[in-house]
Amino acid sequence: MQHFYSFNRYSMCSGVIALALLILLASFSARAEYGDVVLNNRAEKSGMRPVIFPHWFHRIRFKCKVCHTEVGFEMRAGANDILMSDIIEGKLCGKCHNNKIAWGPQNCHLCHSGLPGLKTGIRGGDSTGGPGKW
Amino acid sequence: MKLHLIKRLLVMCIGLGLAWPALPAEPEQTASPWLLLTQDNLHDPNGPGVQLLQNPSEALFELPRDVVGNQVNWVRALDKGYINPRINLYSNTKMKVLDMDVLRRNTGEMNVVLFPHRQHTEWLDCTNCHEWLFKSKAGATKFSMFDILKGEFCGRCHGAVAFPLTQCNRCHSVPRTAISLPAKAD
Repeated sequence: MQHFYSFNRYSMCSGVIALALLILLASFSARAEYGDVVLNNRAEKSGMRPVIFPHWFHRIRFKCKVCHTEVGFEMRAGANDILMSDIIEGKLCGKCHNNKIAWGPQNCHLCHSGLPGLKTGIRGGDSTGGPGKW
Repeated sequence: MKLHLIKRLLVMCIGLGLAWPALPAEPEQTASPWLLLTQDNLHDPNGPGVQLLQNPSEALFELPRDVVGNQVNWVRALDKGYINPRINLYSNTKMKVLDMDVLRRNTGEMNVVLFPHRQHTEWLDCTNCHEWLFKSKAGATKFSMFDILKGEFCGRCHGAVAFPLTQCNRCHSVPRTAISLPAKAD
């Protein structure tokens, strides 16, 4: 019983330390809007600025389900291999960015609007900026 | 002795009165919590497209406020009709709202976690979480807070696009005393 108790205390202490570290990390990270995604697996290698995808903007207009089920985006920043040719053919972003639902893929600089050198991943001022794959 | 105390109090009152005008006044207008895109360290302020994009403050200022994330309570914004996001691209797909709460009791010394299906299914499809990430059978999926902090399970969204993991009590919301069940049951 004593052993069980001490284990519990240990795990709680390490949890608190982890959380404190996360908050500290979060306060140092760049303050983009919460949920912004940088897409730069391919962009800069192809001579374009990285893409900034704002969740807040799209969420006002579409429920999560639309992009993460119907369009098929995986719920992990960087896990989707997005080719410009797919978008032009009406897949992925191109399901809406087709000049019908939203502006079309000829408006390069509206998506490719990021600072050079940004790494793919999810950003945001209030994110916990954790140790995982975010 | 008593007189001494009264004197001291009087001096304190006068001191406070003198200092009053120097005290910082209540700010009449609080600064916007949202940065301009050109200042967010993410968008290139010299890019040709950035000036055409909507700034967060233009869209978010009239939505119900929160203290974290986008400073918007998105669940309330949807519930109260502030926003009316489109539910599909293909007319044969629908939202399947499920009003069912799930308790996760194996939470150590923390309050029990109450997971409300309704708020989640107002936004998401069943297949966004089931069965690949969470089994439908309650308690069948084993995970810890550390998995969540690493961005797995609840952490796929919470800490990334949904309210962050610093909001402990929003999930750990039910005191163990409020439910008359043994602490170790799942």
